[in-house]
This record gives sequence, structure tokens and C-alpha cells, in this order.
Amino acid sequence: MYTENMQASVKKVEATRAERLGMEPRRMTAEEKDTLLQKFHPDYRKEGFAEIKIGPNKGEKAPAELSHLLHSNSRLLGVDLDLNKIDYDTDVLIIGGGGAGASAAIEANEAGADVMIVTKLRIGDANTMMAEGGIQAADKENDSPMQHYLDAFGGGHFAARPELLKRLVMEAPDAIKWLNELGVMFDKKEDGEMVTTHGGGTSRKRMHACKDYSGAEIMRTLRDEVINRKIPVVEFTSAVELIKDDKGQAAGAILLNMETGDYMVARAKTVIIATGGAGRLHYQHFPTSNHYGATADGLVLGYRAGAPLLYQDTIQYHPTGVAYPSQIFGALVTEKVRSLGAMLVNVDGVAFMHPLETRDVSAASIIRECSERGKGVTTPLGSGIWLDTPMIEQLHGEGTIEARIPAMLRMYLNYDIDMRKEPILIYPTLHYQNGGLEISGDGFTKAIDNLLVAGEAVGGIHGRNRLMGNSLLDIIVFGRNAGKAAAKKAKETELGSMTLEHVVKYAQELKAAAIESEDVSPMLLPNYARHER
Amino acid sequence: MQKMVNVYFYGKKYSVPADLTIMTAMEYAGYTLKRGCGCRHGFCGACATIYRIKGKNELKTCLACQTQVEEGMYVASIPFFPTDKRTYDINEIKPTEQIMMELYPEIYSCIGCNACTKACTQGLNVMQYIAYAQRGEFEKCAEESFDCVGCGCCSTRCPAGISHPMVGVLARRLTGKYIAKETEHLKKRVEEIKHGDYDQLVEQIMQKPIAEMQELYNTRDIEE
Repeated sequence: MYTENMQASVKKVEATRAERLGMEPRRMTAEEKDTLLQKFHPDYRKEGFAEIKIGPNKGEKAPAELSHLLHSNSRLLGVDLDLNKIDYDTDVLIIGGGGAGASAAIEANEAGADVMIVTKLRIGDANTMMAEGGIQAADKENDSPMQHYLDAFGGGHFAARPELLKRLVMEAPDAIKWLNELGVMFDKKEDGEMVTTHGGGTSRKRMHACKDYSGAEIMRTLRDEVINRKIPVVEFTSAVELIKDDKGQAAGAILLNMETGDYMVARAKTVIIATGGAGRLHYQHFPTSNHYGATADGLVLGYRAGAPLLYQDTIQYHPTGVAYPSQIFGALVTEKVRSLGAMLVNVDGVAFMHPLETRDVSAASIIRECSERGKGVTTPLGSGIWLDTPMIEQLHGEGTIEARIPAMLRMYLNYDIDMRKEPILIYPTLHYQNGGLEISGDGFTKAIDNLLVAGEAVGGIHGRNRLMGNSLLDIIVFGRNAGKAAAKKAKETELGSMTLEHVVKYAQELKAAAIESEDVSPMLLPNYARHER
Repeated sequence: MQKMVNVYFYGKKYSVPADLTIMTAMEYAGYTLKRGCGCRHGFCGACATIYRIKGKNELKTCLACQTQVEEGMYVASIPFFPTDKRTYDINEIKPTEQIMMELYPEIYSCIGCNACTKACTQGLNVMQYIAYAQRGEFEKCAEESFDCVGCGCCSTRCPAGISHPMVGVLARRLTGKYIAKETEHLKKRVEEIKHGDYDQLVEQIMQKPIAEMQELYNTRDIEE
């Protein structure tokens, strides 16, 4: 299946394999990492960013595509909507049907609140479903929440909000226990001990996994539980604007039936934005590992309602996206492949870096290898680096790949590449939005005291880079917290009369800043359809 | 010149580049997908698809995002299939043979035609995991069904009306919760945290100046 030039390079990779099996490449120093990031990480490419012209983060930069959406128009301008005709009335409205939204729904329901989920695709069509590698928690003897904190804080360049990171690490073991008690099948030894491995940037082996279907196993269990609890899930229905009340509180959302185009009014005492990431905005033209709906909708909704963003200028490029074959370009190759011992190797068969540096450093290093150093392997869509997967079978025994990373094996076998015998080609892919809406330690936005955010739509939990396994963790920890907090808050919330005044005001601000856009936002679905005329 | 193939979406002919997947070929043809498209990487099961190659008799099932187009492919996506999930309280049920009989009695009407296995987009032995479920061997059922993405292709082909993916989910939840051994180190750590053992220590690390944190981070020992 590989082209001739690829096959020639594979020979070189095979020639150095025996020698590499006995060594561990050097880790970079802090200075080396800083220089590398500044020169090669996409977050430092000025032309990929644009200034936000209005709103709470006015004057700050954001990826150009996100700034454009923040500068685009509401769908509802000029639409005549009767806010008093209420289609859904609930205590807690959750926007988004991924891991964070589902966790929040279960906890809000457990707390006795009326809760409903709206999602523009189906429940479970989310990045959670695609998380392969695992979920972190410091639950072993040689580990502690402080050690977890240190790894995450350092890995995120000392920028994480301490009160958020504290919640993440302190509630991690309970999150695993909760999932396990819901029936998630974690990889365990006979005696019940969790099988844990390293991820990039971890100092202890605290990565819990469900083979390489970790997110899928978590998501399908959460979905099953949501349905068991008879929590209403309104699918193929997006939220296109938040509704506020005359006291400035969140009061629900305007919903759009994605199939009929009809608008509906959902009134709620508390609203949780759990809309996930932004990979489908294809920042800097990168391919993405994200699901179809990852278009930063919640950021736009929240921002228009007055909630500030945090670290919106930092994006995670997963070092190992598929570079070849083209059909699966940009798909995620789980970090677990490197956790299990596969090295990153260039066109000459040289292991040019330690395979378990943090994701930003690894991505920058691969980009450098393929650009400045010219040591990438040419592919139809660019270039790539080898991930030497046959090493896994040699290190841990034959059958390890099938047992531990079956999804990866299946994905490549579809295209006649047997990763047990041949290395695979990877290149960084747009993976995660480190930034998002700013929340306080208890999960509420700082601007609106009954609006909460959970999951990838939150900014500040991870700082400016996220470690593997801390995202599956954050959707559970912050999702559960948001569900509980929203249920409690709903009991003491009295709604005033509903209004979309903030939407009108935002449009006026755009006009005053002389911003004219032909486009509407939130984007809802990527524009992939090709039209000849 | 790009190699093109002729495919038929819902019976209508389109010429599309040969290296596309069914999903990207539909977009190339001008479709904006609303249903039948989820993760796009083979994990969510949203894009269950049925096709037949012109001139051939066999009806095939696949995920549109993971399958390359072929010349003469007649394609219909299955945007929704009414699988039948039964509801239960996970804390009330137990991994007994009766539970399958109570919740999914139709699995005992399996006629052994193996159409489910043939239809599986993940190449799983679906009929086998249903057989395990019939016998109350939940752990085996869980293992055999583990890679299921819930696309439902198996159920579309089943003459007994079995909702196979739902049976798999139940078996996995029973296995994860009741059959796999409890994790002592996890229980212990949760207790310690609840007891407040780490409260002060974590407050301390939160208060440290950045320079000290940098030093701690750069010199931390890493488990072999």
C-alpha cells in the first residue's frame, strides 16, 4: 500500500529498529523546548490569528476563523420570534450531547432537577466518543493529586487556573470510581488493579484506559444511563442564541430544528454550555481529529451573551494524526501508541526525539523535522514522520497491538496497512481547544451567574497545553460538577421576562466597530459540500 | 488527471474521485450532511450505510466514513434505525441469566442465520456475542462486543428483531460494574481525598510562586 519512496524509507526504519529498541532518546531541556515552540508551534504563527474587535475580550487575539465567527451575525436578526410561546420549559438546559453534557444531565437528574439535553447531532456524536488513549487519575500508591497537579500545571506552561486544576486533580479518582460504578469497563488486572500507563508529560503511570476505545466506552455508558433515566434528549436541534431575562440572567435558548429549519423557545432556570471544541474550523488549514460538529458554537453563544473567553488563542495540535493514506488524513492516532513504546522516526530511520514529550513540543518537533530539517517522508498531501509501531510487538510481545489498540489496527487494516509489521505515517492534526469560556472554580461563568460551562468549551483548566488523558477527565469532573451546581442554582433562581436584547446590542457594537460580515454564526455545521456553481 | 468512478447515491449517478470515502464523495457531489455523519473517523456509528455493486447480488453494509468508493456502487445511508433499548436501573439489576430473559427475551429467538455477523462494519462476531448473552456469559459477551460502534447494521438484517448493540452495552455495563474485581487502590484514594488528607498539601502547591513550580516541574522524577 505504501508508495515506492515510502517503502525505501521503511527499509531504513527497519535497519535501525534493533538498535533503537535498546535505547531511550534524550528528553529536551526547558530552554530547547521554549525555542522549538516559538519557532515551530502553530500558536506562534502570527498570520493564523486576528484581533477580536468587540466584546469582553476586545483587543485580544484569537484564531482568525474564530474571530470571524465572533464578528459574524446572529441568525435571529430580523426574525420575528414570540418568546412567550414556550416550547420547552425546564430547570436545567444542557446544550451539547457529549461526555460533559451527559455527565451533567445524570448528576442534575440525580439531584432531582428537571433537565434536558439539546444537541445538533445525536447524543454521543462528540469528541468524547473519539478519545482513544485514556483518562488520568492519581489513584496509585506512588502518585498523588499534587503530583498530578504538577504534571498538568507544568505541561500547560504554568498558565492553568489553580482553582480549576485543583478540582480536576482532586476529583479525578472519584470520577473514575463513578464511571466504574456506572459500568465502564476499565482495563484491569485479575485482582482489580487498574492497568495504567504513561502519557506525554506524565511523571507517574496514571493513564487509565478501555483498550483504545476509552472515550467510546465512557460515552456509550453515559448515553445508556441518560436514556435509562428518561432524561429528554432533543437531537438534531441546535441552540442558536441564549435567551436572557431582564435581570441579566440566562433564561434558556432559541433552538433550531436542523431538519425543518423551525425555531423553538426553551426556557430554563440554569443553562450549561457543553458544546465542545472547534476542530472543524480547521485553523491554519490543519486537518482535524474532531467530530463533525466541533465548530465552537458555545463560544459564540456565550460570548454574545457577555461571557468572556480565556486562552482562546491556544490550540492543541495532536502530534500524531494520520498523514497517509489520504482517506483518513487527520484522524487521530492515539498517544497510547507511543505510551506502548513506538518511537517517532524520520525518513532516514533516526529517532529524532523522545516519544513522550508533551503534545505541543512533540507537534512542533515533528513540524520542524518535516520543514526546516527536510527529514519528513513525502506523502500525496504533504509529508509525515514514521511512528514505528512494530516496536510495540517486539517490546511487549506479539498480539499486544490487537489487544491494546484494536481501533488503530482496524483503521489501518481497512487500507491494507498492517501496523504490527509496518510503521505508520503521521503528522500533527488539529485536536483540542485549550481555551474557551472562562469559569470560576464552581463552574459558573463570571459574567452571568446562572450560566455554566463544562468540557472542552471551558478555558483555563489546562492552561496553554493539555496533557493526554486530562480531557476525558475534565468532561467528567466538570460535567458532573456543572450538573450538581446547576440543579442547586435552579432551585433559587427566579426568572424575569425573557429577552434577546443582548443579541441586538451585540449587532450594534459590530456596526459601531465598522465590522460587516456576510456570514452568520454559530456555524453549526462545516461547509464541506462542493458546489460547482 | 484524477481517476474518477461512477457511484449512485439513492439511485442517482455521480462521477466522483476514486480515492474518496463514501462520505466525502457525497460532499463532493454537493450534499450537506445533517444525518448520517458523526465523528467521521469510525467511532460513533452515525454513518451506517448499505450498498450493492452494480451487477452483483450481494448487499453490503459499511460505515460511510471508513469505506472508499467503488465503480458502480449503489449507496443508501441509514440515517436512523429503530433499535430497541430497554431501560433499567443499573443499581437494581444483577448479572444473572434471568436479566437477559427479562430485558432482551428476543435474543432467545435467534435462528442462527449469522446475518448480523456478516453485516458488522467492525468485523465482530456478533452472533457469537449474542450466544454468550443467551448463556449469561456476560464477560465473554462484553469482550466480544467491545469494539461495537453501535451503527445498527446488524439489527437491520436480523430476522428475530434483536437489537444487538443494546445487548452488548448491557453486558459490558454488568461486567464493568459487577463482574470485574473492585479496585482497592482506587477506593482507598477516594476515601483519603474525602477524608481531607490532601486538602492542605494541594492548597500549598497552589500557592507556590511560578519560579518554584518551574523548578519543581523541571526536576521532578519520572517513573520508569
